[in-house]
Amino acid sequence: MASDRILGLITLITAVAYLAAATQIETNFFSGEFLPKLFPLMIGTVAAICSLILVFKPDPDPEWPARGSWIAMGVAVLVLALYAVLLTPLGFIVPTIFAAGILSYQISPRPGPAVLSGIGLSLGLFVLFKYALGLGNIVAWRTPTAAKLWDAISILIPFVGH
Amino acid sequence: MDILANLALGFGVALSPFTLFLAICGCFLGTIIGALPGLGPSNGVAILIPITFTLGLDATSALVLMTSVYYGAMYGGRISSILLNIPGDEPALMTTLDGYPMAKQGRAGDALVLSGVASFVGALLATIGLMLLAPTLARVAFLFGPAEYFALYLLAFCTLGGMASNNQAKSALAACIGLGIAMIGVDSSSGLPRLTGGNLHLYDGVDFLVAIVGLFAIAEVFFFIESHGKGSSIGVKLEKVTIPWKDIMATKWTMLRSSAVGFVAGILPGAGASLGSFLAYMTEKSLAGEKGGFGTGVPKGIAAPEAGNNAAAGGALVPMLTLGVPGSGTTAVLLALLMTLNITPGPTLFTERPEVVWGLIASLLIANVVLLLMNVPMVKIFVRILSVPAWVLLPGVTMISFVGIFSLSGSYFDLLLMVGFGLMGYFLRKMDVPTVPIILGILLGGNMEDALRRAMVLSDGDVMYLFSTPIATGLWIAAIAGFIAPMFLRNLLRKPQRVTD
Repeated sequence: MASDRILGLITLITAVAYLAAATQIETNFFSGEFLPKLFPLMIGTVAAICSLILVFKPDPDPEWPARGSWIAMGVAVLVLALYAVLLTPLGFIVPTIFAAGILSYQISPRPGPAVLSGIGLSLGLFVLFKYALGLGNIVAWRTPTAAKLWDAISILIPFVGH
Repeated sequence: MDILANLALGFGVALSPFTLFLAICGCFLGTIIGALPGLGPSNGVAILIPITFTLGLDATSALVLMTSVYYGAMYGGRISSILLNIPGDEPALMTTLDGYPMAKQGRAGDALVLSGVASFVGALLATIGLMLLAPTLARVAFLFGPAEYFALYLLAFCTLGGMASNNQAKSALAACIGLGIAMIGVDSSSGLPRLTGGNLHLYDGVDFLVAIVGLFAIAEVFFFIESHGKGSSIGVKLEKVTIPWKDIMATKWTMLRSSAVGFVAGILPGAGASLGSFLAYMTEKSLAGEKGGFGTGVPKGIAAPEAGNNAAAGGALVPMLTLGVPGSGTTAVLLALLMTLNITPGPTLFTERPEVVWGLIASLLIANVVLLLMNVPMVKIFVRILSVPAWVLLPGVTMISFVGIFSLSGSYFDLLLMVGFGLMGYFLRKMDVPTVPIILGILLGGNMEDALRRAMVLSDGDVMYLFSTPIATGLWIAAIAGFIAPMFLRNLLRKPQRVTD
């Protein structure tokens, strides 16, 4: 019950914000005054109605995971986000070893196989992408300056990055 | 005789050694993708699109490769259903009902071969149906104006919403999320940004590939972290594989009936392969009656859903190619591929790019034969691949997704967006909000809005124009019926539970 109500509230707020943003859409002579706003307004309205239905007529709660799994998933999200920003400044191999290894450890918590799968996947996929498939923009490794690293990581910090 | 001439053209394109090689690679990859639990046809094809794109294949080759992957995944889904009792993809759920019990009786090999043959029959008949029906429908599609297209898109969302979730409000919400995301970016007619919140990265809009890979592939990783990859070990033994001629002959009428049912279900925009296998199984079950023994491992219970599922996969290509409206999650992903390759599906595709359409159809026929040959004698190889542990597979899939998206744009923003979509996909799927309407919304949002805007311009803002022709009115009625009917048929349409040990 509670899950659906929370979901409904979140989507309701989003829908109202979306509607508000839709009324502010800039228009000019070529587009006409109303047409660029029409469809977004329709979508926002339908979404708001659906959200209200969820709030007032929620389904039973799903089975949410235990606390340990939440922590593991939080770590996974953080690792993936860091991986996303570090792929350019550090190159492919080093971040992939860590990201793949940590994910592997979280699915099956045994250190040995996790390290092996991290190293194996990183090197194996690099050879596959670079030489078998010939993807151009993958670089094996780069040694970054401190400033570049900070640039990359600061993207993830709200209001600091760009 | 038009069809034969066109087919000859198609085989002329598809039978070059290189495309044949691609078809075989695609079939092999596809079967693996379908068989591995956690990797279905939609996310398998989605991960491969960026990579195909960067390989620089031309339109026909890319299309041949990806449709063979698509058909292959449909074949492969049955392997994990039968051996692990885990459907490799959603349509394969019905195959577990009789496939797993049969495998537990020590007839795993028979079940695999029988389901392979049923898949072949279903897919072959559906491809023939596609050849006969698609050109006719393409001619009808010329009658479609903006009002009809708008109603047709609506129909797709409504029927998909009716089938995809147990709660209509949730599937409508999902469609709105997708459509809402599609509106982000520079407006084509005014040239001004819309709904970007001032973020420069959003001026181009949200790439649908980012959303697809995030919602399908990255979300899967979170599910595996939650379950710690349990329940993915093979519980039944596979002995020598022989061809069960007796069972195949006994189920021939079942296969034919199920193919017809599945094909029709596949054509309905938005309904897709899950509905096809479900209806095929249910039809056969009620025809056989109580003493048919469905659910205990009877051959008919395996042949019906597999033929239905593969026939629906072919049927779903009909609305996708002729109208540009996909019939299932995977065809939505294929539509994304076509758009990436700058091919606009629709009636004009058949007249302007016949080599693409007929090359595709010919390669479907080739892929089908290759798959039958691959899946009957070589089934043991695929079974061995199934034993790849989840703790290697899922990190691997994640890294491939990252590289695929990274190779498209080289931007960290798309990667972060993909992780965000993955997280969103996890929560939404947990709460029974279907993710396929989101994908469809992102893909079709722009076209749907264009249709509406053109209709409004043509009619000078008269809303009644949207219902002005018989076709448009019919589509509106079908859309409303498709959305409302499942609410009343809920008890009838309830999906059977998986068999438990």
